Order: sequence, then structure tokens, then C-alpha cells
Amino acid sequence: MIALIARRIAQSLPTLFLVVAGSFFLIRLAPGGPFDLERPLPPAAMENLRRVYGLDQPLIVQFGHYLLSLLRGDLGPSFTFRDLTVTDLFARGLPVSATLGSLALVLALALGLLFGSLAASDRGGIADRLVGLAASLGLAVPSFVTAPLFQIVFGLGLAWLPVGGWADGNPRNLVLPVLTLALPHAAGIARLTRASLGEVLIQPHIRTQRAMGLSRARIARHALRGALLPVVATLGPLAAGLMTGSVVVETIFGLPGIGRYFVEGALNRDYTLVMGTVVLVAVMVIVFNLIADLIAAALDPRLRLSA
Amino acid sequence: MSAALAGLARRRLARDRPALAALASLVLIALACLIGPLLTGHPPERIYPDVVRVAPGLAAHPRPDEVRPALQRLAFRMRVSLEEVVQDGDRVRLTLTAQKPIDLRAFRLLPRSGLFGAAAVRERSADGRRLVAEVPIRKRIFLLGTDALGRDLLSRCLAAGQVSLLIGLTAALAALLIGVAYGAVSGMAGGRVDALMMRLLDILYALPFVFFVIMLLVFFRAGLWLVLVAVAAVEWLDMARIVRTQTLSLKGRDFVRAAYALGLSTESVIARHVVPNTLGPIIAAATLLVPRVILLESFLSFLGLGVQEPETSWGVLIAEGSRAIESAPWMLAAPAGFLVVTLVALNRLGDGLGEALDPRL
Repeated sequence: MIALIARRIAQSLPTLFLVVAGSFFLIRLAPGGPFDLERPLPPAAMENLRRVYGLDQPLIVQFGHYLLSLLRGDLGPSFTFRDLTVTDLFARGLPVSATLGSLALVLALALGLLFGSLAASDRGGIADRLVGLAASLGLAVPSFVTAPLFQIVFGLGLAWLPVGGWADGNPRNLVLPVLTLALPHAAGIARLTRASLGEVLIQPHIRTQRAMGLSRARIARHALRGALLPVVATLGPLAAGLMTGSVVVETIFGLPGIGRYFVEGALNRDYTLVMGTVVLVAVMVIVFNLIADLIAAALDPRLRLSA
Repeated sequence: MSAALAGLARRRLARDRPALAALASLVLIALACLIGPLLTGHPPERIYPDVVRVAPGLAAHPRPDEVRPALQRLAFRMRVSLEEVVQDGDRVRLTLTAQKPIDLRAFRLLPRSGLFGAAAVRERSADGRRLVAEVPIRKRIFLLGTDALGRDLLSRCLAAGQVSLLIGLTAALAALLIGVAYGAVSGMAGGRVDALMMRLLDILYALPFVFFVIMLLVFFRAGLWLVLVAVAAVEWLDMARIVRTQTLSLKGRDFVRAAYALGLSTESVIARHVVPNTLGPIIAAATLLVPRVILLESFLSFLGLGVQEPETSWGVLIAEGSRAIESAPWMLAAPAGFLVVTLVALNRLGDGLGEALDPRL
């Protein structure tokens, strides 16, 4: 297992380098700079600012400096949030986004697996069709439609829950954003579970278990173990995406997460903030893909052998 | 795809009633978007400043109680004061007064509002400061209401649909072409080249592509074509995988070997024998690609990075609607409805095609 982890980390290093290099040079190619204000700064002040942040050096030297500080775990100072480093910003925002993301992931998995297995065990029946309909709706309605809808129905109309804000993680404030985040993924997981469980259920070993008179619960356990593999395979990118926050949900519900930083940073030419976000997301994808692979290996002995 | 599979698929699809319903609604939506804006009676960009945020319905505007306020606003812009308004069916008789002699050119504002016709002067005082005019009322119907500027929402949704569907189809087609070419070459080449090409694909898969798309759009001022290219560049990866798998399974088959034996070059074997036989799964995957592209485009437009005014798309309209959800919920409901119906129908059709074209069944 340690060999597997080591090999996967080694494999992901070129990807990570490509991501960092690609975004570093792309963002520097773009017209405009972080100190372009409505009223242009005096040339001398601009010169000083650029020198302080090292922007006056050749691009390749700057890239080298960035890589070195990245190796030390330093993401650099933010250009727009003066006095704060990118690490500071993440330290504040990541707990918010990760809380929402992990709750949404758990909810999406619970709903998706439950309704997906329900549909698979009732192939062609009422439950199957209802779940199919709900899942296709869940996939089609984008979060920027569900979020305002939830706000107006549960926040303003019924006045059950607050329409937005973080309020130090008050559970009541979490319900609507978590629901918004979870629904499309619950729909996706339900569809996937239905399809893969459906294929497992018609296999000979399940028929044998039925013939042997095993209880439904025992059979379900055996079948689910195999059917979970395709679901687990999608979990890596899904978890990474959820943990690093969503621009839409955080903007609409006014949450202080890190989902907004990327677009904001790009609009303000906050080079280090954009780079930091890209690095964070890439690392998260690698880590969660690794975790997903380990779970898959635990579920399927064949994967352990080949590794 | 062989003729036999095509016929079989057609028969299978004919039995799949949800998929047929999806196909029918898609054709309907596409037709409505194409010719609808000509039939609604409102050009999509026409502004009616006097009927802002009108709720959806069959009622004709201006309603009797809207006539007076609308005329009052117009009179203010015409620099006259409205002394008397007598409504008589679909005509209205106005008595206007002013400090200075009334300039008849100001009457051009009436037809420009869209709600009234050209005025006919009936009486005019000697000093020209008092005037009686008859103005026909132009009844307008806004089936889905109007937006915050007073534009007809139905026409806007249909015009936006043209853009959203165009982006969906074109980007999916581009992704299809790139993906098929890459996958077929990789699968046919096999060995080292295949391993290398798949390794590259793995790396591309791991890239946070949406971030690159957003960067491109932010830095290089989004335009319709840039959005298209950006979206296509993200979405071809799955297609390449599918085609490669199909190609690998076809490669060893007798008819491909026979084609080689007849002396065909690798390129013509790929083009004439391999790609046509992978068409089934490709068509199904491409159908499922269109809704993903439309969704991605509307997400970008929602962030203000996609389609820019005066062009509009469902994402742009949804963004406008979600800002006005308290005062005018239909501004969100109308474009969201179009988007969701289209996406559900495309997904259902893609699933149906996937089952109908599955050669294993």
C-alpha cells in the first residue's frame, strides 16, 4: 500500500508542475496588472511597488522564485488583500468551504446511494421511474437556480431558515447552502448507483446467493460492494471540488469561503491568489484521488493485487 | 455504423416513449427559438419603458389603470402637462397644456413608447399652448411578462435559446471532432504511442480546466467564440477515451484485417472502417455532451464571464432573474424553465440513444 501511495505521488508531480507552470505563464501573459487602479499611480510609486513584489525581474526568474517559495509551503502575499498572505486567506476561508463541502458530500452520498439502490432493486417499477425523473431534474437544474429558489421559499416565504450569512457556522445557516451543493451530486450518484447495481444484480453469483436462500440484507451487502466501485472512482474529483468551495453558492449565500477567490483574484490580477487557488485545487484533486483509489482497493481485491 | 444497427436502433428508439417525447420537445424548443422571436410581436431588444416588470399572463397592456401613469411619464418627457385623459375603448383623448406653444414634434415620443400610436390633433388653441389630441392605444401581450427594462421575456428567452443551443451544438461538435480523432489515432497506433497519448490524457484530466477557461475569459475579454473554443477544449477528453476503447475492440476484427490485407493505408482504415463502426456510442456520448456544454456556458455567463450584452443566453437571463427574484420571480423562472426542460430532454434522449445504439444488446 505504501508503494502504491509513493508511486501515485510520484506520478502526480509532473501534473502538478504542469498546472503551476501553465497558470503562472497564462496569468502573466494577460494584459493588465495588479496595481492598475482607476487613477493611475505615479510612475515612481509603481516602480517601487513592482520592485517590492519582485515583478520587475525577468519572468523566468520570478517563476523560479515562486517554485522555491512553493516548496517551502509559502504561497506569497496577496496583491489585493494587502497585509494578508494567501496562506492567511486560505486559513480563514478553507474551514468554511471544507465544512460545507464535507457535509454536502456526506449528504449527496447518503441520498444518492439510498435512492440509487432503491431504483435498482425495483427496475422498471414506480420507484425506479420516480428516482430517474428526480435524478434527471437534479442534474439539469443548476445551483444558481436552486440557490435563489431555496432562499425565496425557505428563507423569505416560509421564514424557516436564514437566507444567507455564515454566523460562525450556525447549523441553521448551513442547511440551504449544503442542500444546494449536494443535490446535483446526489442525482449523479443515484444514477451511477442504479446503473452499476443493476448490472451486478443480474450476475450469476447474486443468483446463486438468492438460490441459496440468503437474506435480502446479506445479498445487498455483497452486491453493493461491487456496485460501489464506479461510484468511488468519481469521488476523488467530486470531493476535491466540494472541499474547495463553490463560487456560485458562496456568492449567493454570502459565505466567507475560498470559492470566490479564484474569480475575484483573476479579475483583480491578484497573481499570487490565483496561483494559490490553482495549487490548492490541484493538490486536493491529487489527494482525494489517492484516497478514492485506496478505498477502491479495499473494496476490490483485484485492484490490490495489480497494485 | 452499419445499416442493420441503424435500423435496429430506430426501431428500439421508436419504442422508447420518454426518449421520443424528449426528441419532440427538443425539436419544438429549437423551432421556437429559431422562428419564435418573429412571431411574438416583440423584437427581443425592444424596450417598453412603461411596462416594466409586468407579470406573465394573457392580459393586454397597457391595462386601463396603466394608461394614465404611462401618459403622465410621456407628458413629462414631452414637457407638457396632462390636463385631462378620456379613455374610449382603444383610443384615448388627451387635453394638454404647456407654458410655451406645444411643439408637435414631441408627439413622436408617443409611438416610440410602443404602447400608443401616432397622435391626431383635434383642437388647438390660438396661442398653441393648449391642445386636444386623439391617440390610439396599441395593446401588447407579454405571455411571460417583461424584465426590469421592459423587454418582452418570451422573446428574450427565445433569442437567448438561439445562442445557448448554438454554443451547445457547436462546442459539442468541436469536442466530438477532436475527441474522435485523438481516440481513434491512439487506439489504432497502439503500443508506445497509445501509452504516451493516454498518459497525456490522464494529465489533462487532472488539470483544473474550468480554472483555465475562467482565466482565458477574464484575461482576454470574453466573446462568443472564445467561450465556444474554451468549452470545447475542456470537454473532448471523455470522447477520446470512449473512441479509443471502441477502436481497440475493433482493431483485431476480421473486417479491419481484411481492409489492411487489401492494401488500405492506416488513415483510410481509420476513416472508412473504424470510425463508422464506433459511431453508435459516439452519437450517444455527443448527445450527452450538449447539455453539459450548455450548463457550463450558463455557469460562465452567470458569473458574467460568458456571453456579453447585448448578446444574451439563458445563463445571462438567469443571472438577471436571480438578482430580481423578490420583485419579479418570473424573470428567473422563465429562462430557468427553458434551460431545465432542454437539459432534461437532451439527457433523456442521450440515454435513449445510448441504449438503442448499444451493439451488445
